[in-house]
Parts: sequence; structure tokens; C-alpha cells
Amino acid sequence: MSDATLHAPSSTQFSGLLDNYRIPDFFCELMNRQGPVPAAVQSVRNRLASLDLEELRRRTTAAEAQLYRMGITFTVYSNREAIDRILPFDAIPRVITAQEWDHIERGVQQRIAALNLFLHDIYHDRKVLRDGIIPAELVLNNPNYCAAMIGLKVPGGVYVHVSGTDLIRDRDGRFLILEDNARTPSGVSYVIENRHMMLRLMPDLASGLPIRSVEEYGPRLHQTLCEVAPEGVVDPQVVLLSPGIYNSAYFEHVFLSREMGVPLVEGKDLFVDNHRVFMRTVTGPRPVHAIYRRLNDEFLDPLVFNPDSLLGVPGLIEAYRRGNVTLANALGTGVADDKAVYAYMPRIIRYYLGEDPILESVDTHICAEPEGLAYTLANLDKLVVKPVGESGGYGLIIGPHATAAELEDFRHKLLENPANYISQPVIGLSVTPTLCPDGVEARHVDLRPFALTGRAVWVLPGGLSRVALRKGSLVVNSSQGGGSKDTWVMAS
Amino acid sequence: MTDFTFNSLLSRYAECIMWLARYMERMENLARLLEVTETFVRDGEGQTAWDSIISINSDEELFTQLHPANDPADAVSFYITEHANPGSIVSMAVAIRDNARAVRPLVSTEMWTHLNVFTRWLLDLDAGRAKLNNLSAVCTHIRQECQTHYGIAEGTLYHDQAWLFYRLGKHLERCDQITRLVDIRYHMLLPREERPGSEIDITQWTSVLRSAAAYHAFRRLRPVAVTPSNIVGFLLKNESFPRSLAGNLRLVDETLTFLANHAGLRDLCAPLQECLDELRATLSDQTAEDIISRGLHDYMNWIQRQLTQIQAAIATTFWPQPPVGAHGAQLQRQE
Repeated sequence: MSDATLHAPSSTQFSGLLDNYRIPDFFCELMNRQGPVPAAVQSVRNRLASLDLEELRRRTTAAEAQLYRMGITFTVYSNREAIDRILPFDAIPRVITAQEWDHIERGVQQRIAALNLFLHDIYHDRKVLRDGIIPAELVLNNPNYCAAMIGLKVPGGVYVHVSGTDLIRDRDGRFLILEDNARTPSGVSYVIENRHMMLRLMPDLASGLPIRSVEEYGPRLHQTLCEVAPEGVVDPQVVLLSPGIYNSAYFEHVFLSREMGVPLVEGKDLFVDNHRVFMRTVTGPRPVHAIYRRLNDEFLDPLVFNPDSLLGVPGLIEAYRRGNVTLANALGTGVADDKAVYAYMPRIIRYYLGEDPILESVDTHICAEPEGLAYTLANLDKLVVKPVGESGGYGLIIGPHATAAELEDFRHKLLENPANYISQPVIGLSVTPTLCPDGVEARHVDLRPFALTGRAVWVLPGGLSRVALRKGSLVVNSSQGGGSKDTWVMAS
Repeated sequence: MTDFTFNSLLSRYAECIMWLARYMERMENLARLLEVTETFVRDGEGQTAWDSIISINSDEELFTQLHPANDPADAVSFYITEHANPGSIVSMAVAIRDNARAVRPLVSTEMWTHLNVFTRWLLDLDAGRAKLNNLSAVCTHIRQECQTHYGIAEGTLYHDQAWLFYRLGKHLERCDQITRLVDIRYHMLLPREERPGSEIDITQWTSVLRSAAAYHAFRRLRPVAVTPSNIVGFLLKNESFPRSLAGNLRLVDETLTFLANHAGLRDLCAPLQECLDELRATLSDQTAEDIISRGLHDYMNWIQRQLTQIQAAIATTFWPQPPVGAHGAQLQRQE
């Protein structure tokens, strides 16, 4: 025992969780706010100080065992074996103040409004293309541009009913939009299950704090789908269409169908007769009016898309085109969350709404454009370069973290198909205290708020905070070793 | 008043929950049968009569294929841990969990969590632990887990159409199990009729009762003599015994009546009910002695064919468009 510890105040012998936390050179959600500490953050800090590391480990182990037993898992496939994994759960919450949330909420609402106007335009008048706001070929030649949607009127003009917007914070604590998810974003079940887990596990930490509830999501989702059901249908039948029990996100499909109180169907449970959709029940065929589909466009209807797919429903697209059933999200929304189209989003927002973006985007260089490619090649070691068509953090390179050989290798790939890439500066992502093998350490974190759009845009007051568990890693995806933590949006 | 009309159960859900219940019942029976066989059932040389289980389940062909040495002692792993046997306890547990996964929106979190943990326990059970000297403990545990499941189902399963299909599966399977047990055991023990009253004979016959968890209930009736026809009569015809054929046929019938009356399925259920009425009539019109003297084996066979037909008719009535469920058809026994 050294002199220093002998003479330290006795309280450090029972040190709080955060006493040995090394504050890194990033914005830290809890410990390095670069300004006055908001009251909500301070009270969570104080409460954490009364816990010790062993207690936190004990509770975390219990939580993860519980998630596993309850089957709150996603499935990874390797060597033809299906392995159920839990999304690692970190028990130190991430706090978002009421003021920060107000900003995020307005920013997300604005973004979704613009995305829907953009989608309507590109499938109808294409004014945005004629006015030269975005290159026409980027939209019309986009693999996600869906010809079946051209000229189709969708209820309420809503294409993106369910969305997840990936936000990050830079060194200054500024929230930036990193990515839109306008197809079939997943993760919302973890937002709600993490909260349940947190309240069971850390009742002492949460009690008395003005944390906003996330319970409303299921009923709101059902209401949204009813709002966009075909006109004239009273008491519409909503279903959730899943690829089935072997899908990695099946737990979430179960969760959401249960929260909505609607059947969880697979393609084989549905059929189309006279351009109307029915489900097969023990009492015979029952009409279906709105489908929350967790199946990608190309699997929805073998008559229109992939003829080999057994997951979809033959005739579904024609029924949809005739307005007899609503699909949420609409087809062809993938153009809007494309990584290259992303670069134009600030201009798209100004074009449709006449407003500046409330939430900024990350500067993006489009390698399909000569200037963008030249800049990217010249600064490869400083940039993040991402393939436009990939998700889940696959196929990207983070320049400052790559070896010379990796950079050289990537340079060839980039030159082979420049149009497949965009580049962005490396953002010093914010961090948050996280339980790690050696104690509580700083780990990078992002935030995915979820929004529902029927007659208006509603943003769930919470979100999925994904943590990169590997030290120094900026990749938070669950498929790449990410974990998650509960996100506490404060009411005041 | 329970309202079964408000939901229209997906056909796939009906199929999956019915098979969930059938496999659970079948698994419990198999665990009990293995345990009782190990403890009480001996052949002429005092060896455990594992081959009787193989014949109860009509598994001779598969067993020989997987175990060419044909050593009956392999029956233990064949029926507990062998994945290649679709009728093994581990295979059934996986099928139960897959079916539960498919109907997970309808079952309680408690039910799902229990099945998930139980299945993982079985998947982790290596063949070594399920060996003979540990068999009783393993089987007891399996049986208790099945019974825990019934308790959770009783306490948490919402009484809608899904519950009716769960009941159909459970009671049809009990009918099937009891007729198989009576048929095979009776034939195995029949030759020993020639030396009645011997020690081994009574043990053997009471083991039949134990296999069906019927021993103490039977004792309470204080029969004058423990005779084969007493036992057969009890297992087939005593409606108070939870596993009897008569009792379970009545429960299948009642469940169909519920479906017919409350779910607006009168027309669909009518042919099924006729078939059941006929079955029940043949049973109530005969004494156990009648059944035995007219040929127990033929009668049990006939009942099993009827049960298979009822299951098939339920399938064509309520899930007419194959393929529907995740599991089911491929695990049905061949007659």
C-alpha cells in the first residue's frame, strides 16, 4: 500500500463508480459536458457515486442472464449453427436533458417531413431533379428507386411511417445526423426492454427522476398504421409481416406485434384474392388493411421482385398499387436513406421546407463526383470511407485507424468503383462511462431516436444508445461487438 | 362469459400451439415410461425391457438404423439425447420451443422463458449424464419441467381460440399415449397369464399403472383383485382418471363443442364431433372384459387410426393450406 492511499480521505476506500474514471479528450455525456453541468446529469452522477464496482458487476451479470433466459436475443449464424446472442447491456444510463431533447425532436420531425416530401416528389413530378437540387441519375439509377411506386398515391403522402435516425455528437457536444434509416429500422424493442431491465435492476438509480416514459410506442405504432390504412376502412386490420422465426430480429417482431395486439404473420399466412389481401385463420379468410412489414422490398412479392422468394405474398404489390392495402414503410424508400443522397439532405430540407436544417449533417464527399473522389484519395488517411449500399458497419475504412497496407488496399477498391463510396471526416464521437473488464471506462456512443409518421411526426422520447464496447472503436453496430444502454430523456 | 369470436386465430398459430401441447404431453409420458421401465420392468432374465419402449413408439426401424448393434440399452440415449431421433426428448423440446417461438405473441413471457430455459438445459445435457445410474433423476427433472409448463399454461394462457387448440392437442395426445401403452404392455404381459399370482407378474402389471401415473388412484378403488382386465378397464374407461381414454375423449369433445358454439365454427366442427361420438360410444358400450375377449389389440389399433384421422381432419379443417406451421407433420408418428 502506498503512502498516497494511506493518506487519502477514507471515503475513497469505498470509492464511487466514477472516482477512477479517466475523462478522455472527447465530449463525455456524463463527465465532460464542456460547460455547466445540467441538474439532471448531476443527480445521476451523484447517485452513481453511491454504487461500487462489484455491485454494478453483480447487477449487470444478473441482467444479462435475465435477457438470455427471456430470449431477448438476436440470432447470429455461423457454421450453419444458429446462436442466440443478447445485445450486451450496460447498466450506466445515458442522460439526455429536456433542452437537448427538444432540439433532437424538432430536428427529427423536420428531417422526416423533408424525406416524405422528397419521396413523393421523386415518384411524381420530380421537381427536385429538374431544379437541379440533386443529380437525377443519383435518384433514378439508384438500386432502391422503385418503378412500381411511380405515380402511386399513398395515404396521407406518407412513405416513411417508421424511421430511425442515427445521431452522433462531436467533440463540442453538437448532435449531427449520421444516417437516416427509412426502410425497416430495428432496435426499438431494445429501447423499451432496456428500460424495463433498468427499472428492475437499478430502481435506486431511477427513482424520483423525471425520466420520460417509452411505453407509448406500441399503441402509437398501431394508431399510426390505422391512420394510413386505405380510406373508408373502419377499424382496419393491422398485421406485422415478418420473415419468420429464423430472422435475426424475430424477437423485435414478436415484441411489436404483442405491444400492438395484432397478429404476427409470415408470407404464407397471407394471400391475395381479387387484389385484396387476406390472412388465413381458423374461421377462414380475414381481410387485412395495413401491413407493418419487416421484410425488405425485394422479398415482398415474388410476382414483382425476386421470383424465388418464399417469404412474400404473390399479388401483394398489385393490391397495394390499387390502394386496397397499406404497406409501412412504402416501397422504394431506400432512395431516401441512401448514403450518397444523404449528402444532399441539407439542400433537400431547404428546398421543400424553406428552413435551415435543425440538426446538421456530417460533411460528405461523394466519390462519384470527380472533386469528391480527388479529395477522398488525397485525404484517405484522415477520412471515414463508406460503401453506399452497405449497412451494419460493414465494408468501411476509418483512415486514422488503418494501416498503410489497408489504406493501399482500400485505395484500389475505391478506384475500381468510385460511385460505390462516400467519405466523411472522422468525428470524435462522444463517449459515456461504460462498465468494462478493467473498470468503468469511456466508450464511444451514438443515439438512434425512433419516429412514427401518420398524420403527424411523433418521436419516441428515448432512443437506442449503442456503445462501441471495444476500447477506442467507433463502430457501435451490434453485429460488430456493440452493446446498448438505457437512454433517459428527462422531462425537466 | 368467455368470448372466443373476437379474435380469428391465424391457422398457423392454431397448428403450432396444438403441436406444442401434443409434444409436451408426449415428452412427459416418455420420461415417465423410461423411468418406470428402468425401475420396474424386467424381462424373463431380470433384464430391463428397453425393447418394449421401442415397440410402444413403433421405432424399431429407426432404432436399428441408428444402432446397428441393436443393443436395447442404447434406448436410453436414443430417447433422451439423440438428435437424429425426432421422437427423442431433446428433439421434442426443440420442436416445442420452435412452435412456442412461432406463437410467442400469444404466450406469456413466463411460458416462453420457462420453455427457453428448459430446452437449453436439455440441449446441454450430454449423453453421459443421462446414462443409467442417473436416469431416474434426469427423468424426474424432465417430468417436473413438463408439469411446471402445465402450471404456467393454466395460470397464464389467455382463454381464447389458441387455448382451445392447446387443449385439443393435449387431450388428443393423452388418448394416443394411453392406447399405445395399454396395447403394447398388454401384449408383452399376456403370455405370463399362464402363471398368475407370481411376484413378477404383479410388479409388471402395476408398472403399467405407474407408467400412466395411475397406481395410487387405482389403489384407492381397492379392487378385489389386481387383474389385467381391471387395469385395462381403469386406464381406458375411468373418466375420473386424468389420463384415461374415456376422460380425454370427453375433453376433446367438449373443446370441439366450445369451438363450434362460441367461435361460429359449427359447420366445420360437426364432422369431427360425429367421429368422436362414435369413438366414445364404442368405449362406453363395452366392458373391459368385452374389449379383451373381442381383441384388445385390434380395438386399440382402430382407436389409434381414428385419432390419426381426427388429427388429419382438424388440419384440413383449420389449416387447409399446407405448408403452414414450423413443425408438426414431419414429427407425426407413422402408423
